Amino acid sequence: MNSANRSPFLGFVYRAYVVIFFIYLVAPLLAAGVFAFNDSMFPSLPWQGFTLDWFFNDTEPKLGMFHDDRLLRGLGNSLYIGVIVSALAVIAGTCNAFLFVRKEFPFKNALYVLMVVPLVIPGVILGIAILVFASMIANGIDNVFDFNPTWLRPGIPLIVLGQFSFLTTITSLVIAARLQKFDESLEEAALNLGASRGRVLATVTLPYLVPALFSAFVVAFLVSFENFNTTLMLVGSDAPLTITMYDRMVKVGSTPVLNAVSVFLMIGSGLLALLSVVVQRNKEDA
Amino acid sequence: MRSDTGKLSLILLMTPFALWIVLLIILPQAGIGYVSLQEKVGPRQYEFGFKNYMDFLGEPIYWNTLLRTAWMSILVTILALMIGFPVAYYIAKIAKKQARAGLFLLCLIPLWVSDLVRAFGWIVLLRETGIISGALQWLGIIGEPVEMLYNDMTVIIGLVYTVVLFMIVPLVSTLDGMDDALLEAGYNLGGSRFTVFRRIIVPYAMPGIVSGCIITFMLTAGSYLTPILLGGKNSSWFTEQIYNQFITRYNWEAGATFGVLLLLFTSFVVWAGLRLTGQSLATTVAKE
Repeated sequence: MNSANRSPFLGFVYRAYVVIFFIYLVAPLLAAGVFAFNDSMFPSLPWQGFTLDWFFNDTEPKLGMFHDDRLLRGLGNSLYIGVIVSALAVIAGTCNAFLFVRKEFPFKNALYVLMVVPLVIPGVILGIAILVFASMIANGIDNVFDFNPTWLRPGIPLIVLGQFSFLTTITSLVIAARLQKFDESLEEAALNLGASRGRVLATVTLPYLVPALFSAFVVAFLVSFENFNTTLMLVGSDAPLTITMYDRMVKVGSTPVLNAVSVFLMIGSGLLALLSVVVQRNKEDA
Repeated sequence: MRSDTGKLSLILLMTPFALWIVLLIILPQAGIGYVSLQEKVGPRQYEFGFKNYMDFLGEPIYWNTLLRTAWMSILVTILALMIGFPVAYYIAKIAKKQARAGLFLLCLIPLWVSDLVRAFGWIVLLRETGIISGALQWLGIIGEPVEMLYNDMTVIIGLVYTVVLFMIVPLVSTLDGMDDALLEAGYNLGGSRFTVFRRIIVPYAMPGIVSGCIITFMLTAGSYLTPILLGGKNSSWFTEQIYNQFITRYNWEAGATFGVLLLLFTSFVVWAGLRLTGQSLATTVAKE
């Protein structure tokens, strides 16, 4: 009974628009993906035949991504950073969720806004701010104790801190949304039956939160994995995959191995996202 | 006893929050503010002053870049809203129930693909030896290869592409909650399509519109990859200036100044947007 259904012509135009929009959405991903399988030195037409060389070939000049040491090291660094920062962000996010859903304290609304603020600070600025602040502390330590704390210089620890600073907002919001729906009478029932507070938390509340913790972890991991702006400012010698790829793109130009990495990333993040949706849905049905 | 444990757990929960916000957000931001107010008077010698800001105002290239970034970000936000709204409305209100989840998921998939991959996809499509140029030649529409990269139009198309999903997602979740009876009532009372849209749909969707616009605007103004890869050397994007000052020229004072200016500017736009529409950060961005 909507307006668009009343006139068949308008309805058709509307549907065509939506279809065109989804083509627009998919076109660049398709373009990036298809040329990973083209047997050519450049990711462009003409089509030279199907190949998996850009994934598995082990000799130059067509070095596949699974034999390209720099890309693999980048992938390793990305995984390492992603797992650490997501775990930290989920822990901090859980604390924040309990803080804002369960506790009452002065200036709660103002502090809540403060919790959301990292999402509206541009990533580049989060990056430089943490770079500057860490360097100030490092220089201070260097001057006073005559010792250079390398973990405060650009590198993986700073990348973790930089990504943590805004991922925690995301995880807090995801977990808080789930905690809000929790029926507190379940906890009271367990307490009345003689369980201790810690036991209630471990056997009633946390199991209820597991799907949210899991999806918060996945979201944080994916955002960390693909983050570029904050990471760019904090990167040292151990570059994660996005930075390695960008370097390659700027210095060497685009080669189909970058298409292969793109395909790999699309499949990987697609599967993870799907997994998170499935877990969420199963738990909600149950 | 009960209130003591309550207080203890409050402190325990407050500690990580406070450490995070103070050490990773407030102090670092204050840090770039401080560095931006340092004037270099000699090697390793600094004085307090506004010289960096004066330099910014005195150099037209700098403030032109900021203005350009600003109006292009606003343009991208408006375009994303205009392009995204009909799609969000379709998903939330017109699509059949089974199709809805699928379409929504389809919207989310590119969200999980890195900016870099998306920009790379556009490069493969649009450059001189790219697919579109090739297809147009094959069709006989153009005689020789055309370069479609490295102009403002392409940068805008790419930016809209990167951010439009962040517009659609909050819009869908807001429109989803709208009762169709509201629309029925509007039509029954004699409202035209346009009136129903303006008087019922838009006001109802306002929180979604505001939060979509804020996120979109922030992401655009703070974006780095898309303008640089699609715009090439002449993209003159403000984040590029910040990067150049920090990493290429190692002039942290100027870089920090640019960072503060970008932050002030984006905060101002977000504040003005919230103010004009009577929304707050907690009711819009945090709703997701």
